[in-house]
Amino acid sequence: MRKLISFAVLGMVCLRAWAAVEVFATVPEWGALTREIGGDKVNVYIATTAFQDPHRIDARPSLLARARRAQLVVANGAELETGWLPVVLRESGNALIQPGHDGYFEAAAQVVRLDVPSVLDRAQGDVHAAGNPHVHLDPRNVLKVGQALAQRLARVDPDNAGIYQANLAAFSGRWQAAIGRWETAAAPLRGVAVVVHHQSFAYLTHWLGMQEVGALEPKPGIEPSSGQLTALLQSQQTRPARLVLRTAYQQDGPSNWFAAKAGIPALMLPFTVGGSAQAKDLFGLFDDSIDRLLKGLR
Amino acid sequence: MLKKPIAMAVLAVLSCAVQAADDADLAVIRSQIEELKKSYEQRIASLEEKLARTQAGSAVNRSDKPAVADQPVPGKASGFNPEVSLILQGRYKSMKDVAERGITGFVPAGGHAHEDGGIKGISKRGFSVDHTELMLSANVDPYWRGQAILAMADGEVEVEEAWVQSLAIGHGVGLKAGRYLSGIGYLNEQHPHAWDFADAPLMYSALFGEHGSYAQDGVQLKWLAPTSMMLEFGAEVGRGANFPGTDRNGNGIGASAIFAHIGDDVGVAHSWRAGLSYQRTRARGREAEVHDANDVHGEALFSGESKTWLADFVWKWAPDGNPKYRNFKFQGEYFNRRESGDIGCESDEAGAACSGVRDLYRSRQSGWYAQAVYQFTPNWRAGVRYDRLNSGSTKIGANALAEIGNENAMFKDFRPSRASLMVDYGWSEFSRVRLQYARDRSMAGITDNQVTVQYIMSLGAHGAHKF
Repeated sequence: MRKLISFAVLGMVCLRAWAAVEVFATVPEWGALTREIGGDKVNVYIATTAFQDPHRIDARPSLLARARRAQLVVANGAELETGWLPVVLRESGNALIQPGHDGYFEAAAQVVRLDVPSVLDRAQGDVHAAGNPHVHLDPRNVLKVGQALAQRLARVDPDNAGIYQANLAAFSGRWQAAIGRWETAAAPLRGVAVVVHHQSFAYLTHWLGMQEVGALEPKPGIEPSSGQLTALLQSQQTRPARLVLRTAYQQDGPSNWFAAKAGIPALMLPFTVGGSAQAKDLFGLFDDSIDRLLKGLR
Repeated sequence: MLKKPIAMAVLAVLSCAVQAADDADLAVIRSQIEELKKSYEQRIASLEEKLARTQAGSAVNRSDKPAVADQPVPGKASGFNPEVSLILQGRYKSMKDVAERGITGFVPAGGHAHEDGGIKGISKRGFSVDHTELMLSANVDPYWRGQAILAMADGEVEVEEAWVQSLAIGHGVGLKAGRYLSGIGYLNEQHPHAWDFADAPLMYSALFGEHGSYAQDGVQLKWLAPTSMMLEFGAEVGRGANFPGTDRNGNGIGASAIFAHIGDDVGVAHSWRAGLSYQRTRARGREAEVHDANDVHGEALFSGESKTWLADFVWKWAPDGNPKYRNFKFQGEYFNRRESGDIGCESDEAGAACSGVRDLYRSRQSGWYAQAVYQFTPNWRAGVRYDRLNSGSTKIGANALAEIGNENAMFKDFRPSRASLMVDYGWSEFSRVRLQYARDRSMAGITDNQVTVQYIMSLGAHGAHKF
């Protein structure tokens, strides 16, 4: 009996050493990045899809069960998941993934955030103290996050540190080449004025030199109202936008209405991996986003 | 920008000089000028582009303020202040004027059927504010997290919750100590501001009084199994001072509870949780105000054991699993409570039948509620709830019954019921106003049509809610 137990323990220890790192990613973009850098050394679970608003998810039982077994949580941070992730982490009974430990990684903390509010007041809507959290749509940020993530994976799983560095190097090469390609392709987008549903694309428009001249939401997190839409239509006279942008998880009603009234195209951008058929991975996400923007201009 | 005029000047000078030259020379000079012009224009364009880039760059730098979170300012101790949130709730309620409000067939918590120990406002007619909830929470250190919830009402502050929770045990183990809302049932851990209706289900009022939840001073241990389906087990031991138990001034364990939860997703759009809980506590001299056999005011005193089973089920649906625009929630709970011990009644008043003679007491009661809430736009929700209880037939030994008498509503055999409809509107996730209509038949012989208008506002760092 004792032998059997010791074999079982030995077996479990071996399995532990062989098994992939269990990663709990909150959003598809960071799940995809973890897969790029972790390769077959990680087993990634992604808590949300491109069709779910990551601000507003329930702390579902299935998320608790996944967090319980995770060795690394890859969160977006900057308060994006504040409505559900803190509860999931605390109730998981998993000491490894608590904030402050190696098992908790925040992507937005690795980059410079835009729109950091100087005054915090809910009269301004659901503003985030740490700035706009949707950092991934600037591909240069993705690279910075990737570098930090490779280091973190190496800390969580030191045996495979070399592999993570090699994967990062390979990814960086392809990614930088792609950035060059995207920037060339997106040259006609420079200076193009757009209206957005929510401030989801701040980093994309900033990177491509586009101008956000208005948002359908009167305040972040408050649903578009007829008053706001009418006011935006009036400002079309002085500062005409050429496109209306929304994510795959936002309702199409308000942007379609505005687009029809203003006589400009309403575009659904995939926003994250899985948001469109073409956005199968991070490369596809940017390929498709720029493609859609260029098509919208024609 | 200066270069364009220079080019023009050169052009002018050259054009003057060529007047004397012959045609061939003229052509050569013209082509040279053309080249000169081209090269200048190219250089100007490139300079203009450069300038535009630097301008754009500096604009970017201005908006790229370094994020505060990454660079904590040294010496700013207030940064460690706990997260604070404040819940403001108030209501207007229209209902019948019933002298002794209670649930027929059920012993009221707190001894008599008014609002002692209950939430201010819920049983008040007209305008009122509910108690104001102040919540403070923060990580204590890398190992513990603490939270306190204070309920403030006129002339009193009640500690609703004050607990610490472990963060660093690992292996799925969670430890909580202090005063906390027990993990039994589904609704028990929710505070009134998270309820989908303006009041607690009848079942919770009958089980734990108007607070609609059972709070415990004690220790809770939970374990989450490392399975792909959520499987959680919990056990609690504590003082057991609250109804249905009483404070008994003992060293031992006053109340204990065990519970198990199971839950998962079905596809991307559906998720569910089911639970089973068992609570056991004891009462010594638990008071209930009665009118005795001679219709004189007295106190019935129960001593004995109270055992409760609860079963709960919650199912949520949202298209694509995105609850922001539309979602649906069904929830239902069932309980079965057995109490056994003895009862007697006492009275100081003249002519009372009560003399304190004790005899057997046995009750077996049950009840359930089911509710469905549909959010059909980002702002609007509508819901329906049905409550039903069964008082069972409470057995009181002949000796005690002779003194307590047959006429007390709380010992009657009755099946209370209530149907509620509600519509609410949320401007944002922090504010909500609700209209509720209820047809309340929880008191024998009375049909009470209740209309409630209620607002719930949360200020400050509002923490995440459980499933």
